[in-house]
Amino acid sequence: MSALTRAEAEGLIQDVLEVYPEEARKDRKKHLMVNDPAIEQSKKCITSNRKSLPGVMTARGCAYAGSKGVVWGPVKDMIHLSHGPVGCGQYSRAGRRNYYVGYTGVNTFGTMNFTSDFQEKDVVFGGDKKLAKIFAEMEMLFPLSKGITVQSECPVGLIGDDIDAVTQKGSATLGKPVVPVRCEGFRGVSQSLGHHIANDTIRDHILEKGLDDDFVSSPYDVAIIGDYNIGGDAWSSRILLEEMGLRVVAQWSGDGTLSEIKRTPKVKLNLLHCYRSMNYISRHMEAKFGIPWLEYNFFGPTKIAESLRAIASRFDDRIKEGAERVIASYQPMVDALNAKYVPRLQGKKVMLYVGGLRPRHVIGAYEDLGMEVVGTGYEFGHNDDYDRTIQEMGDATLIYDDVTEFELERFVAKIKPDLIGAGIKEKYVYQKMGIPFRQMHSWDYSGPYHGYDGYAIFARDIDMTVNNPCWKNMQAPWKKELP
Amino acid sequence: MPKVILSRADNGTLTCYVPKKDLEGRVKSLEYDRADCWGGRMVLEDGTALFIEPLDTPPIFPVEMRVTRG
Repeated sequence: MSALTRAEAEGLIQDVLEVYPEEARKDRKKHLMVNDPAIEQSKKCITSNRKSLPGVMTARGCAYAGSKGVVWGPVKDMIHLSHGPVGCGQYSRAGRRNYYVGYTGVNTFGTMNFTSDFQEKDVVFGGDKKLAKIFAEMEMLFPLSKGITVQSECPVGLIGDDIDAVTQKGSATLGKPVVPVRCEGFRGVSQSLGHHIANDTIRDHILEKGLDDDFVSSPYDVAIIGDYNIGGDAWSSRILLEEMGLRVVAQWSGDGTLSEIKRTPKVKLNLLHCYRSMNYISRHMEAKFGIPWLEYNFFGPTKIAESLRAIASRFDDRIKEGAERVIASYQPMVDALNAKYVPRLQGKKVMLYVGGLRPRHVIGAYEDLGMEVVGTGYEFGHNDDYDRTIQEMGDATLIYDDVTEFELERFVAKIKPDLIGAGIKEKYVYQKMGIPFRQMHSWDYSGPYHGYDGYAIFARDIDMTVNNPCWKNMQAPWKKELP
Repeated sequence: MPKVILSRADNGTLTCYVPKKDLEGRVKSLEYDRADCWGGRMVLEDGTALFIEPLDTPPIFPVEMRVTRG
């Protein structure tokens, strides 16, 4: 049962669009839709990956965020230099909680902020000399780094620095890969282009420049692609794969290393979790090295079991048996969890507004808990994401692309969901409105949420949020009516 | 002359991916799909028409190839 009827939902969208000037209304109309699972192609009913309108509040990030924050950032044994003013690096430092093992500052650099700290002088005279000096300095201070990426910030593109030449020279002197990433924030409409640029640099500067020839592959090698190990997600995913008999030889890019990237073209199957950010490199490896890729979903027991079986179907009987064994061995745990949490969460309505894979992937996990997702949307999804989402969502539910803060607030006021999952920019607004909210970009500082172990944490967290007594005490005592 | 990646899905349908446009679509029709001749005019489900220079044998999927507007 959906929260609204189709007519009501369409009316709600009309109401929300009322406030916009005509031009804006025409544009925003294309980004909002009422779902109909019978539709196969999203293109005709929702527009995505378009420039946000000036004047509306968008929650999107920039290309730099997509490259440094998402794709390259978690590669732990390389130094990711934020080339430009200091702020971009500092405010994106360690915020995504991509966990890793290693000695930070010695052989891993994930939570550190490296920046060229552009000053006026560098903007006027160019930062190329400074960049070359920084390479030497970093090599002296952190000799165990396996490589360097130069993540360009806006000013570098604006003043036209030739970082390609500097990095090429730097790579030759250091004897390590030094990758120029032209991910200036102004490129593209959202972080999505940053993912693409980062994927292309991995292709051009790592995979094309020599692979790991000494690596001995086995028939059961797989790589986890597009799992950023947020709160330990990749770890709770890989144990399932390992328990069923596969060998996980690379993690892209949560807790990942340069050598793992280099050996990936030797795996038998690429397992793709975040389709949006890493489908480009998966497609490249498919075309160039003939490695098939498979999208999977490790949120919630139903989808995990489905995915494990789909993965196993690509291998021999030993793995197929392994998958069944893993599913059976976790079933008692799942049953116990459901017995505990489903009665507390049954029938609750959820609205989501996140990015990447979550707007569609987590739907199964909520449904396992007896909850219903009544609205979902991507910050920076493309049409192929919506194609996949339409089938996952129920009839007459809302789908919104790059929703503005105003629109989301109005939707929430009307639908009155029992839980909202969105980002930090929305969190405190809705909590002050007295609506249970979880920051689902980095699991509200909890996690992992992937795999069976993650499901236990997910169920606990959702229960903790939805059934928290604080939501009933949002009104100030002096504003309450006297008994 | 866009470059595209053609691959076969699990259920046997041919899918076409155009990297430049970030467009993924199922192939609705292909002019020649025989063992001795493969290629020709290809129409995607959203109506985009592309032309593949006919080949003597079907390629091994996935394959990256150049196509022209059909």
